Amino acid sequence: MNIYFDNSATTRVFRPVQELMMRVMDEDYGNPSALHRRGMEAESYIKTAAKQIAATLKADPKEIIFTSGGTESNNMALYSAAATCHRQGKHIITTAIEHASIKAPLQFLEEQGFQITYLPVDSKGCVSLDALRDAITPETILVSVMYVNNEIGTIQPVDEIAKIIHAKNPKTLFHVDAIQAYGKLLIRPKRQGIDLLSVSSHKFHGPKGVGFLYCSEKVRLSPFILGGGQQKGMRSGTENVPGIAGMGLAAEMIYENLEEKQAKLNGLRRQFLEGLHEIEGVSVNGWDETVDGDEVLDRRAPHVVSVSVDGVRSEVLLHSLEDKGIFVSAGSACSSNKPSVSSTLKAIGVKKEHLDSTVRFSFGVFNTEEEVAEAIAVLKELLPMLRRYRRR
Amino acid sequence: MKFHAFLIKYAEIGIKGKNRYLFEDALVSRIIQAMRKVDGEFDVVKTNGRIYVVAKTEFDYEEAVDALQHVFGIVWICPVVQLADEGFEVLKQRVVEYMANLYPEADYTFKVQSRRARKSYPVESQVMNADLGEAILKAFPNVRVDVHNPKIMLYVEVRDQGINVYSIMIPGAGGMPVGTAGKAMLLLSGGIDSPVAGYMISRRGVTLEAVYFHAPPYTSDRAKQKVVDLACQVAKYSGPIRLHVINFTDIQLYIYDQCPHDELTIIMRRYMMRIAEQIAENCGCLGLITGESIGQVASQTMHSLASTNEVCTLPVFRPVIGFDKQEIVEVAQKIGTFETSIQPFEDCCTIFVAKHPVTKPNRKVIRHSELKLAEKIEEMIKTCIETDEIIICK
Repeated sequence: MNIYFDNSATTRVFRPVQELMMRVMDEDYGNPSALHRRGMEAESYIKTAAKQIAATLKADPKEIIFTSGGTESNNMALYSAAATCHRQGKHIITTAIEHASIKAPLQFLEEQGFQITYLPVDSKGCVSLDALRDAITPETILVSVMYVNNEIGTIQPVDEIAKIIHAKNPKTLFHVDAIQAYGKLLIRPKRQGIDLLSVSSHKFHGPKGVGFLYCSEKVRLSPFILGGGQQKGMRSGTENVPGIAGMGLAAEMIYENLEEKQAKLNGLRRQFLEGLHEIEGVSVNGWDETVDGDEVLDRRAPHVVSVSVDGVRSEVLLHSLEDKGIFVSAGSACSSNKPSVSSTLKAIGVKKEHLDSTVRFSFGVFNTEEEVAEAIAVLKELLPMLRRYRRR
Repeated sequence: MKFHAFLIKYAEIGIKGKNRYLFEDALVSRIIQAMRKVDGEFDVVKTNGRIYVVAKTEFDYEEAVDALQHVFGIVWICPVVQLADEGFEVLKQRVVEYMANLYPEADYTFKVQSRRARKSYPVESQVMNADLGEAILKAFPNVRVDVHNPKIMLYVEVRDQGINVYSIMIPGAGGMPVGTAGKAMLLLSGGIDSPVAGYMISRRGVTLEAVYFHAPPYTSDRAKQKVVDLACQVAKYSGPIRLHVINFTDIQLYIYDQCPHDELTIIMRRYMMRIAEQIAENCGCLGLITGESIGQVASQTMHSLASTNEVCTLPVFRPVIGFDKQEIVEVAQKIGTFETSIQPFEDCCTIFVAKHPVTKPNRKVIRHSELKLAEKIEEMIKTCIETDEIIICK
């Protein structure tokens, strides 16, 4: 048995993507900056990928900057915005539940004299729009908000946020960390009023080590990584051609019939939530459409379920599930090899005794109803046993 | 400065009586093993009470010294310049060059200590001392001789193969060469103390095996990997360690079900000792090693130690028993295990620990509690010993 429910941490690479990357590495391995034919071939992969990705966003290929992944995209957005706009002001707004790749650079900018406002969130992880309205000043150069929270799956009201920003200070840039949203939701940066958007390839069945930053053509930023001037100087360094080519194809594939994929994930999620409600001492963090009603469907991502379990430590539950061939993550993902208390769970007011008892199930297009049923059955069997043995 | 060889000084094993050659031979083979990992070729030669590591090719000085500093039994490592015998006048020149190279500030006190292993050399050692000293004084006006407490002791040794000059003494790891004192079983937990304990006992020449009690799913594979990493780090000194990974979950849960909760840790420790002893005896170990230190935690009070001690007959070595935590940390930092030890993975000693475990366990009470395990425990111990996973850490 091998049930992979950790798709928010990373995903299996689509088979055609693997094959394309093999071909790029094996045959078309030129340096895209080289003047000869090999270089041209490599460059054409990058152009194709930029087109494929731009098409998923209804954007222009020129607006796609390839990076080494989500962390670099987030860093680039913050540092470039700070470097470009610091004369206009030194105020940045974000939320209390951002990923470390937003939090850490902002902390650094704070040490450099920037003022950072962290907007509070409600018990579902939704940012307070009133607080945002009050926070924006003429000095505010950037607002950075996570589209879909990686731990609890809550969707921020990005459209409303953009409207408020542009009404209060038209010069303020709007950055969206869409790492958990891309490939799950339909995103239209232009229509939604998004200036910068971070995406990571391996979250939607592309390879690791590659991602992109969408940067609206209306926005001119100073580059963050300097060197040989690749990508029109916006991001130096020889392009990761196989990675970029793979990401382009994965983007095209994930957005093909997106509605069907959303319906599938929504179905798995509903089945899982219904199963969870049959188990005692289990609670769902964030929105739960089986309780809160269908009107919350567009307020939570279709693929993430955060579950707190009474009386079982998350690490123990994780390893017990692993023992049964089910892979999930404890609290949040990428950083969970160091057990630290999640600030997202704290910010939404999860009970103290649940902070260390929360696991995340995240579904992907390869998962099936049978797997969800199996996971529910395993939970029903495991939890009573695990609850018997605990610290007292 | 280009050095050609290292003179290895070993104090303690030099005074062993008729067994001396055993210790020297062990040291030579430990050095050969250590130098194998270093780029370049080396000869390790034992001649009249000296061990030399002679480079036959170019080598990286730092890498070679680091390798030698991980060999127990070495007290000092002296990088040596080897000169051909081209007459005493040339020797004077070379010695002055050596000093100019190594001590360019030319402001120090020194003493020359010459030795003629080849007695046919025409200049006597006393005369060598005086004349070489004079040559150095002439070359560097700010330099002075101090025969009682010199800053630099310059050794010049005339041998059959040539003349060795050295003045640098790098401290070695000390202790006794591994393989001269039998084998012991280290109880390795993943904490700070047990790798230090293993290091200290191995430093007395003891070969190590180790046992780790794994409790999946309560302890993760990362916790196990951490223990493997620690064993590998200790193995840089002790040589390869055979690590026995014991699946301890069932026994732990059985104790949890049957015994009073505040006695869980102490009873668990007693079974760990029993299991460790059985494995130790199966593989010919002569003792157990733990990282216990009096009073550090509830299971390491005098009462608890007495209680865990009574279940085995093999001697239990507790080399850090009188150390403060800070003193243990200092050794852990020195031997490079500290960083790994502080990674926050739960080990099996802490997962079910009671809020208030007994700190003064009464041995009679504990023995009585253990009677409740009589039905299944022997079989469970047998199973977990039979199913141990062995990992070679090097």
